[in-house]
Amino acid sequence: MDALRYIAKRLVLMIPILIGISMLTFFISHTIPGDPARLILGPKADAEVLEELREKMGLNDPIYVQYGRYMAGLVQGDFGDSTYSQKPVSEDLKRYFPATLELTMFSMVITVLIGIPFGIISANKKDKIADQLTRFMALIGVAMPAFWLGIILLLFFYLQIGVLPGSGRLDTWVSPPTHITGMYTIDALLTGNWEVFRSALMHLILPGVTQAAVTIGMITRMTRSSMLEVLRSDYIRTAYAKGGSQNRVLYGHALQNGMMPILTLLGMTFGHALGGSVLVESVFSWPGLGKYAVNAITYLDFPAVMGVTILIAVLFIMVNLIIDIFYQVIDPRLKYD
Amino acid sequence: MLRRFFASPLTVIGFVFVLVLLVLALFSPQIATHDPLEVNITNKLQPPSDEHIFGTDEVGRDIFSRIVYGSRISLKIGLLVVLISFPIGTILGAIAGYFGGVVDQVIMRMTDIFLSFPGIILAMSIAAALGPSIENVLLALAVVWWPWYTRIVRSSVLSIKSSEFIEASRAIGANPFRILFKDILPNSIAPASIQASLDLGFVILAAAGLSFIGLGAQPPSPEWGAMLSSSREILREAWWAATFPGLAILFTVLGFNLLGDGLRDVLDPKQR
Repeated sequence: MDALRYIAKRLVLMIPILIGISMLTFFISHTIPGDPARLILGPKADAEVLEELREKMGLNDPIYVQYGRYMAGLVQGDFGDSTYSQKPVSEDLKRYFPATLELTMFSMVITVLIGIPFGIISANKKDKIADQLTRFMALIGVAMPAFWLGIILLLFFYLQIGVLPGSGRLDTWVSPPTHITGMYTIDALLTGNWEVFRSALMHLILPGVTQAAVTIGMITRMTRSSMLEVLRSDYIRTAYAKGGSQNRVLYGHALQNGMMPILTLLGMTFGHALGGSVLVESVFSWPGLGKYAVNAITYLDFPAVMGVTILIAVLFIMVNLIIDIFYQVIDPRLKYD
Repeated sequence: MLRRFFASPLTVIGFVFVLVLLVLALFSPQIATHDPLEVNITNKLQPPSDEHIFGTDEVGRDIFSRIVYGSRISLKIGLLVVLISFPIGTILGAIAGYFGGVVDQVIMRMTDIFLSFPGIILAMSIAAALGPSIENVLLALAVVWWPWYTRIVRSSVLSIKSSEFIEASRAIGANPFRILFKDILPNSIAPASIQASLDLGFVILAAAGLSFIGLGAQPPSPEWGAMLSSSREILREAWWAATFPGLAILFTVLGFNLLGDGLRDVLDPKQR
């Protein structure tokens, strides 16, 4: 019961933040000097026709009226129409989102599988050569421009030795699996379509590794410092004193407490990965939200830019909320408040 | 303190990287071997050689000279963004932490809104709305960056506010703004300034990313992100066009990172 009330409270608290986000993006995108009506009709359009379209699009109304209208649509899941594709933005988002989610989740899996073990090793072997090496690699990961790493990987694995595909989500001769989640690897698994699964997975590797490079660096550093803190504590010394084996103390005792801050950071890292997808997708022609956003920017398609921004913000908030809730579950000492 | 600062080899490396960047930016005309904008079609796509140590790009411009001049753009963006967002963030954070109550609530909810985006996405939509140019990217990044300082400064102000020497100032009836800016702020600014030195690198990285997707510096500007962006078209023929600008970004960010870490070890040893 307590848990439900806590979740409800957190959801209510999300509302002002979401309103703030929508206002921020709305007013930003309406500071543009450009005229969407002219953008649609082109520079040679008749003044009268222009005026008519402006009236129809509601561009002549005061900005707060326009915002009200946008919000009224937004609560019903209507993000307006893309001025470039002329389709509802919500439809476009639905189409591109699964690709981004798949890529981000794939890179997060790599991040957790590599980042956390390396962080633990690094902490356990503090100042030894393994620690120095791990720290150095993590530092490089954090400092490296992901889009550059993507280009270099493309250069090597795709252009030079040609073992991995360099763009898109599937080989051209493979048709997408039956739409269930929109994530090709998962859909292919669910329908038992191995050829599609293999193709989709191969296409995920380069962009996934590129995106993971940065987040692995972040998670490794965080895991290390969190574990160091724990390893210094009295109960770990007690555990060792009682004759606990290295592995048992490390993974049985220390990791449990060391995990807490790592979890929080995972949420932030997820947001980072989502943001980074804009750049990575554009390197690998990955047809996701990021590529859609970059396209929208090129064509000054503001309903689309706003749609992507709001969707990513909502996702980011949701992920952090889920982690907070999970936090409460694994640490019973925390009270819901 | 200086000896401790240079005791770590990593800090020294960071210091050297940053120093090299500064020298490149200050003495670009002396260091560059060619005009960074000079097009020489007959000389295009030359691999690295004695004449062009990093090779030439798709219109025959010397990549080494472009990277040298590009350091000016990156350094300028990094410095300006931090110089704009740091004071704004610090002052707001100090006010929020010191006065508390409604003021604190309002300021912190504002930072919540900004921090609920991945920064690059928000910067992207701001820069897109303002139009593609390096100045607009600068502005967009400054808008996105200040809330981090607000958070950091607020929490250090909160922890220092109740200490005895502040109580003493208050007891002798000092003006609250005087207490805040003369007593509290100087003592709580260290963590934020460590962050600022790390951020110099991250701002440069973010700006290069925005230029990479076409929002920042426009061709033919020798900005590193923009150079990487156009290198994609000639990836098959010229690996050098993609490799060197990326390395320049990497070493720059690495330099500021190592320097920031070194600074933290000296100023705030508990954090290690």
